[in-house]
Amino acid sequence: MPTYNLNVNKKNHTVEADENMPLLWVLRDLLDLVGTKFGCGIGQCGACTIHLDGVASRSCLMPISSVGDAKITTIEGLSEDNSHPVQKAWKEVDVPQCGYCQAGQIMTASAFLEDNPSPSKEEVRSAMHGNICRCSAYNRIEEAVNLAAKM
Amino acid sequence: METTNNTISFNRRSFIKTVGLSTGGLMIGFTLFEACKPDSKVLLDLETLNYKDFNAFIKIADNGMVTIYSKNPEIGQGVKTSMPMLIAEELDVPWEHVLVKQADLDTTKYKGQVAGGSQSIRSSWMPLRQTGATARQMLINAAAIKWGVDPSECYTEEGIIKNSRNEKLSYGAVVSEAALLEVPENVKLKDPKDFKIIGKDIKNVDIDKIISGKPLFGLDYKVEGMVYAVSLRPPAFGQKLVSFDDTEARNVNGVTDVFQFGDKVAVLATNTWAAINGKKALIAEWSSDEKLMSTEEHDLELTNLFDSDKLKAVRSDGNIDRAKNSADKVIEYTYEAPFLPHSCMEPMNFFAHVTDAKVELAGPIQTPEGTARQVAGLLKRDIETVHLALTRIGGGFGRRLIGDYAVEAAEISNISKKPVKLVYTREDDMAGGFYRPIVKYKISAAIKNSKLVGYHLKETAVGSSINKSRASYFPAGCIDNYKVEAAQLPSEITTGPWRAPVCNFLATAEQTFIDEIAEELNQDPVKLRLELLEKAKKNKADLEWSPERMIGVIKLAAEKANWGKSKEGVYQGFSVYYSHNSYVAEVAEVVLKDNKPVVTKVYCAVDCGIVVNPLGAKNQIEGGIIDGIGHAMYGEMRFLKGKPQSLNYDSYRLIRMMETPLVETYFVDSNEDPTGLGEPSLPPVGAAISNAIKAATGQRYRIQPYLKYMEEVIEVVS
Repeated sequence: MPTYNLNVNKKNHTVEADENMPLLWVLRDLLDLVGTKFGCGIGQCGACTIHLDGVASRSCLMPISSVGDAKITTIEGLSEDNSHPVQKAWKEVDVPQCGYCQAGQIMTASAFLEDNPSPSKEEVRSAMHGNICRCSAYNRIEEAVNLAAKM
Repeated sequence: METTNNTISFNRRSFIKTVGLSTGGLMIGFTLFEACKPDSKVLLDLETLNYKDFNAFIKIADNGMVTIYSKNPEIGQGVKTSMPMLIAEELDVPWEHVLVKQADLDTTKYKGQVAGGSQSIRSSWMPLRQTGATARQMLINAAAIKWGVDPSECYTEEGIIKNSRNEKLSYGAVVSEAALLEVPENVKLKDPKDFKIIGKDIKNVDIDKIISGKPLFGLDYKVEGMVYAVSLRPPAFGQKLVSFDDTEARNVNGVTDVFQFGDKVAVLATNTWAAINGKKALIAEWSSDEKLMSTEEHDLELTNLFDSDKLKAVRSDGNIDRAKNSADKVIEYTYEAPFLPHSCMEPMNFFAHVTDAKVELAGPIQTPEGTARQVAGLLKRDIETVHLALTRIGGGFGRRLIGDYAVEAAEISNISKKPVKLVYTREDDMAGGFYRPIVKYKISAAIKNSKLVGYHLKETAVGSSINKSRASYFPAGCIDNYKVEAAQLPSEITTGPWRAPVCNFLATAEQTFIDEIAEELNQDPVKLRLELLEKAKKNKADLEWSPERMIGVIKLAAEKANWGKSKEGVYQGFSVYYSHNSYVAEVAEVVLKDNKPVVTKVYCAVDCGIVVNPLGAKNQIEGGIIDGIGHAMYGEMRFLKGKPQSLNYDSYRLIRMMETPLVETYFVDSNEDPTGLGEPSLPPVGAAISNAIKAATGQRYRIQPYLKYMEEVIEVVS
């Protein structure tokens, strides 16, 4: 099997994997970074969202061979101590119910706010529309993104 | 999601646990109280403190820090936060000094380790408070012995025992002695007006771990040497495995083993991706699906059942036939809802390691005890040798009351003799459901002299069915001649509890029908409900629910929503329901955008007794309402010759952010004991929106998913 050098959360890793293995499973099963979640496997739910060179991306659809030397950030690397504004806002608003989709929600929100630091209400709703929360904590997700934008 | 009575038995043996009391040593260099100040420079690693077991629920460290075990599964309903709050309140410790841990399944220490029927808090309210209060009294007694004073001269304040001579001892200083004392009986509980933790907004105890992606869920659970398993199951309910060819599957990089068990084939691999690919490479032949039913046939059969002799009376008051025969008018409508999968975000998965000596299980399950017993039965093991660790659960909604996937993991580990993590893909999850049953309600009303004199409801469904208790919910007791009948259609398709079982659509049908009666009588729908409830007050002895409390939420919701006085272009719909021992009234608001109705806001009034954690409670209510709207609008699983037709979120629509309305929640101020919150806000919302849509469009939606009507509207418009 081919070998790949990955930069994940500012650390270099060497992994041996099938070229088609999605980054999601590389992170979870090979690198023990289980914060990135498996939801649907077809890019529909957003639970597996990570940053690839700062861009929110669905890791379940991304073969390891396509990553190259792009810098990968996962929920574990968003901050050292939960100090990222989106994490702080998530805690302040007490967003989660079951919590399973939240890593993907937070990764989508943090990349979005990086691009658009003062979004309108409609822009927030549209940016978060791709992430499913089966517990339907959508109103708190929206509130937390708006709060993070102000931090 | 019915549960049995889960009281916690109290006896000396379970309460006192002396193991671990011999290790001592005070933390030196700082005190807990300094460390817990907001500006503290001392970082506390709470998990590494020197804790001493006090009882099955409580450990206290030398420095007074407390660990509280939460016994019930956490599926997102918030009990891992709210149940320890009950103990901490009566133990009288500051919440900031509490570390919460999830308890494993342990039938010797705990009873009723179940997440179902929204009963966790209701059934734990007294037992967990007694646990905390009893521990507090024992700590006081130990301090009193040390001081040589009578316990009645001592009191506690935030984890410190004090006496009338102004002496002080922290809980940590007397925990060793206290744990050995006689367990006092009939300890006094706090007066609710003295609560310091119950009734306060407390954040989710796992929040820091959730937002930083720490391993918490079943899918995150790993042990050394573990292999991943994915199973191939029959594509249609009722099909059998005839033969399979695993040549290609075995060639997939990472696949370590392939074998048949029952009508399934397990693929084991060193990682999940390889196991999924191995399964895809299997070539299987299945028995004929010719005789298996499709949704069109279910639909027809359920309609035919209404006029069959299979209908059985569930409740009958007065004489419905006479009431109908002598009525001025009888109105009758039929309401229909489809099969629904649960769609938990964390797909079904479980860890199992079966060895000759014991069985280790870990994962997301709402019924740990029943599931451990099932595994013990299957493997012919003593239940004492089965250990089950509970993980945090990525959604339950009733699906994880059934432990088929945990049993399957144990079966695979037993055959392979390896530690195994069984993983369902989303497709496996949606195709391997215990679905909300497809159901129809035909309801008729007899009207005489402009009054409702008779009410007749017939239910036909696959699987679960209305029972005596649910047949006695509103409007039972409100109408002299009242009859509920039910008939079931047998099917190979497995059905099971789905958030607010039966009520999730029964409430929609009945609360829509109440509005249809109001229309017929040319009466305000809120006034009609209040009038009916006046009658129920006289039949109270016969009802498990309180007409007064239902009137209370109706009035509160109507007041907050400004019922009957909405702004121009905003159309309102009302609904109210009692379930899971709680009362919920809702007003939905709908506007028209491009001639299509859009739900913009829901006002909600809830009477669930004392609200233990308002922050979590509000989250549950909002979630239930939005979940209910989403499934009423979009949810539908169809079958073609027994085969599920939607296998992933590209063909199965769940509600998303842009479809989410605002929700305003109001709790009735109450001193009643707390009742269910995870389910009761969902049942009323289907009718609240259908009634609002009727007001907005003039069209009555009686069949879910409602999206079908809107697609019709689009066709007409374009």
